[in-house]
Amino acid sequence: MSLESPKEDWFEPPHGAEKIWIGIALAWCLVMFLMMPYWHLFGQQNTSGETFRVSPRDFEERVDEFVEANQVGELNGVPVVEPPPGGDAFLLGRMWEWYPVLKLRAGETYRIHLSALDLQHGFSLQPLNMNFRAIPGYDYVLTMTPQEPGEYTIVCNEFCGVGHHLMVGKLIVE
Amino acid sequence: MNDQEGNNPERPDGEVNKPEGEVAKVKRGLQALAGGWRKCDTTGMPVCLDSQFFIRVNAVFAVIFLLIGGLAAILLALTRWEAFNLLRTDMFYRVLTLHGLNMLIFWILFFEVAILYFTSTTLLNAKLFSRKVGWVSLVLMVVGAVMVNWVIFAGQADVLKTSYLPLLAHPAFYLGIILVAVGTLVAVFNFFATLYTAKRDRTYEGSIPLVTFGAMAAAIIAVVTLLHGAVVMIPTFSYSMGWTGEPDPLWYRLIWWGLGHQSQQVNVAAMVAVWYMIATLSTGAKPINETVCRGAFVLYILFINVASAHHLLVEPGMSSSWKIWNTGYVMYLAVLASMVHGFTVPASVEVAMRSKGHAAGIFGWLKALPWRNPAFSAALLSLIIFGFIGGITGVTLGTQQINIIAHNTLRIPGHFHATVVGGTTLAFMGVAYYVVPLFFRRDFVWRRLARIQPWIFAAGITLMSFGMSFAGSMGVARRTSDIAPAEEAYGAVVHFFLAMVGIGGVLAVLGLLLFVGLVVATVLFGPSNVGRPMKCWGTAVDLGSKGAVRKGKGGSHYTPGTVVLVGIFLTAFVVYYFANWRALADVWPVR
Repeated sequence: MSLESPKEDWFEPPHGAEKIWIGIALAWCLVMFLMMPYWHLFGQQNTSGETFRVSPRDFEERVDEFVEANQVGELNGVPVVEPPPGGDAFLLGRMWEWYPVLKLRAGETYRIHLSALDLQHGFSLQPLNMNFRAIPGYDYVLTMTPQEPGEYTIVCNEFCGVGHHLMVGKLIVE
Repeated sequence: MNDQEGNNPERPDGEVNKPEGEVAKVKRGLQALAGGWRKCDTTGMPVCLDSQFFIRVNAVFAVIFLLIGGLAAILLALTRWEAFNLLRTDMFYRVLTLHGLNMLIFWILFFEVAILYFTSTTLLNAKLFSRKVGWVSLVLMVVGAVMVNWVIFAGQADVLKTSYLPLLAHPAFYLGIILVAVGTLVAVFNFFATLYTAKRDRTYEGSIPLVTFGAMAAAIIAVVTLLHGAVVMIPTFSYSMGWTGEPDPLWYRLIWWGLGHQSQQVNVAAMVAVWYMIATLSTGAKPINETVCRGAFVLYILFINVASAHHLLVEPGMSSSWKIWNTGYVMYLAVLASMVHGFTVPASVEVAMRSKGHAAGIFGWLKALPWRNPAFSAALLSLIIFGFIGGITGVTLGTQQINIIAHNTLRIPGHFHATVVGGTTLAFMGVAYYVVPLFFRRDFVWRRLARIQPWIFAAGITLMSFGMSFAGSMGVARRTSDIAPAEEAYGAVVHFFLAMVGIGGVLAVLGLLLFVGLVVATVLFGPSNVGRPMKCWGTAVDLGSKGAVRKGKGGSHYTPGTVVLVGIFLTAFVVYYFANWRALADVWPVR
C-alpha cells in the first residue's frame, strides 16, 4: 500500500495495459509537441518573435509622428489613422485608451507595432478573440492580414488600474 | 496521551492485525521516539506529538485562509454575474487580490506544510526533526500572511495576485510574500531534515512509502519555486522601498511565473500523493507498479522547471523556438507524468476492488466503490475534474499558437479553477476527513452533510469552470470588473455563460462554507475518539469467499475498466485539442 514502505526490490518494468498506456501517452505528447513547428510551417497564425527594445517615451513619439502623417479622421475624440497598405502601423496602450484608431484594408498585410506606455496592457481583438500582450519598453511587431471588413473592438485584458474595464478601442477594416 | 498499550486496532481499510514483523517494526519505531509520541488509536501508527501540533496548527490556519478566500469568491462571482455586478470597480480588484493570495498561496501552502509534516513523521515512524524550526516556519508564514492581508484590506495593494510591474504595491505586500516564502522554505527544510534523521536512525526499512515520495517530489519542486520567488520578489521589494531601480516588466513576468506556475506543480504533486493515500485508506488499493508511480513523480521534478514559458506565449521578446521548446518538450513530459498517474490511480483501485470479489464485467467494481465516503468521493471527483477539465484545457491553451485565442480571456481561470480548486483543493478537503479525526482526535459531526459536501463543491466548480471557458472562448476578458463597455463585441449570449459562472461560483462557495463549518464544528464539538478507532467513513467491502466471480482473467494487471476510462479521456483530449486548432485557423493570419 502507498502508506508503507514497499517490498524490497520494488523495481520492475511496466506490464500489460499500463505499459501500453505509457506508450500511447508518450506518443500523444510527441504529436502535441510536433504540432507547434508544423503550424509554423503550414499554418497561418503564429505568434511573432519580432521585438525591439524602445523606451516608452520614444515609442509614444513614434506613435505621434505616425498619427500626424497618416490621420484621416476622428472617432470619439481619437484620431483615425490609415497606414499605407503593406506598411507600418503603430498602436499604443495607455491608461485607459488604445491610441489611435487604425483603419486597415482587408487582404493587405501590415506590420503593427504594439506597445504600452505606463503599465502592462492586453491587446484583445474582438469579436475575433485574438490576444497579445503590450509591455512597456518593448516594441512588439505583429505582421497581420485583416480579413473581413467591419468595425472591431480592442479590449484591454490585462489589469491596469480602476479604469481598466473602460479601456476599449476600435479598429476599422475596409 | 499515554495510550500506547492498546491492542492493534482495526484499520480503516478493514485489515485486522498486522503480521508479527510489522508489529516489531512499529515497536522499534516507538522506542526510537522515546517520549513525545502517542500511538494512533485507529491505525496503530506512532504519532509524533510535535508533528501533530504543527499539523493541527497549520491545518487551522489553512482553513482560516480558505474561509477568507471563499468569502471573497462569493463577492467576485456575484460581480462577474452581470445581472448583479455587485462590487464597485476598485473593490472588485481589491477583493480579487485578496481571493488570489488567500486561496492560491496561503490556504494551499499552509495545508501542504501539514502534509509534509505528516508524510515525513507518521508514515516513517519518525519524530519531527525540530520543534524550534517548526515554530520559526510557522511564525514567519503567519506574520507574512497577516501582513499581506492587512495591506490588501488597507487598499494599498490593488495589484492582483501577480502584481505585474510597473504596477506597484506597498512594500509590506512584497515583504509579506517574502516572509511566507521563507517560512515555507524553513518548513521544507524541516521535512528534509526529518527524512534524513529517519533514514539515519533506521526508523523504517527499505524505501520510503509512495505517498512520502510524492510529498518529497512536491518539496523538491517547492524549493526551486521559492527560489524563483526570492529572485523576483526581493528586487521588487527593494524597488518599492526606493532603494534600487525598476526591474524590467518582462523579466519580472518570466521569473514571477517561475514562482507562479511551478507552485501549481507543487500542488499537483501533493494532490497526486493525496489521491494515492485516499485510494489506500478507502479501498485498500496498492500501487500496481511502484517504479511507474515513482518514475512519474520524477518526471514532475525534472521537467516542470520551465513551466513559466507557457505564460509568455503571446509576449514580445522571446523567439518561437524558445517558446516551443520550453512549453512543448519539457512541459509535455510533465503532462506524460499526469497521464500516467491518471491511469495508475484508478487501475490500483480497480485491482483492489477485483481482488475483493467485485469482478463482474468491465465496470462491476465501480458500483461497489465506497461512494458515501467523503474522502473517497472528493479524491475521485478531484481526479475527474483535474484530468478531464483542468488537464485537457491546460495543455491545449498552453500550446504556443492556440494561446492567441485564449490568453487572458476567462478561459484561463476556467482552466485553473479546474486544476487547483476542483483538483488540489477538493483533494485536500478529502484528506481532511481523515486528518481531523486522526490528528484532532474527534469524529465528524453532521456526517450526512459531510457525505454530500464534496459533491456540492465539485458541481459548483465544474459549472463555474464551464461558464468561464465558454465565456472566454467568446472573448470575455478575465480580471475585469464589468464587461458593459465591451459588451457589443462579445455578443449577448455571454450573459448566459457569466450567469453560469455566478451560479457555479455561489454553489462552490456554499460547498466550501459547509466544509469549513463541518471542520470547525468537529474540532470544537465533535465526539472524542481518544482510546478507540475513528468512526469509519465506509470502505470497500471484501466479499471474501462470497465473491463468486473470481474465475477467468485476473491478477494484479487486469484492469479493463480503467482501460476504457482512459480511452474516453484520451478521446476527449484529442477532440478538444484539434477543435482548438480548427478555431485558430479561422482568425486573421499573423506572424
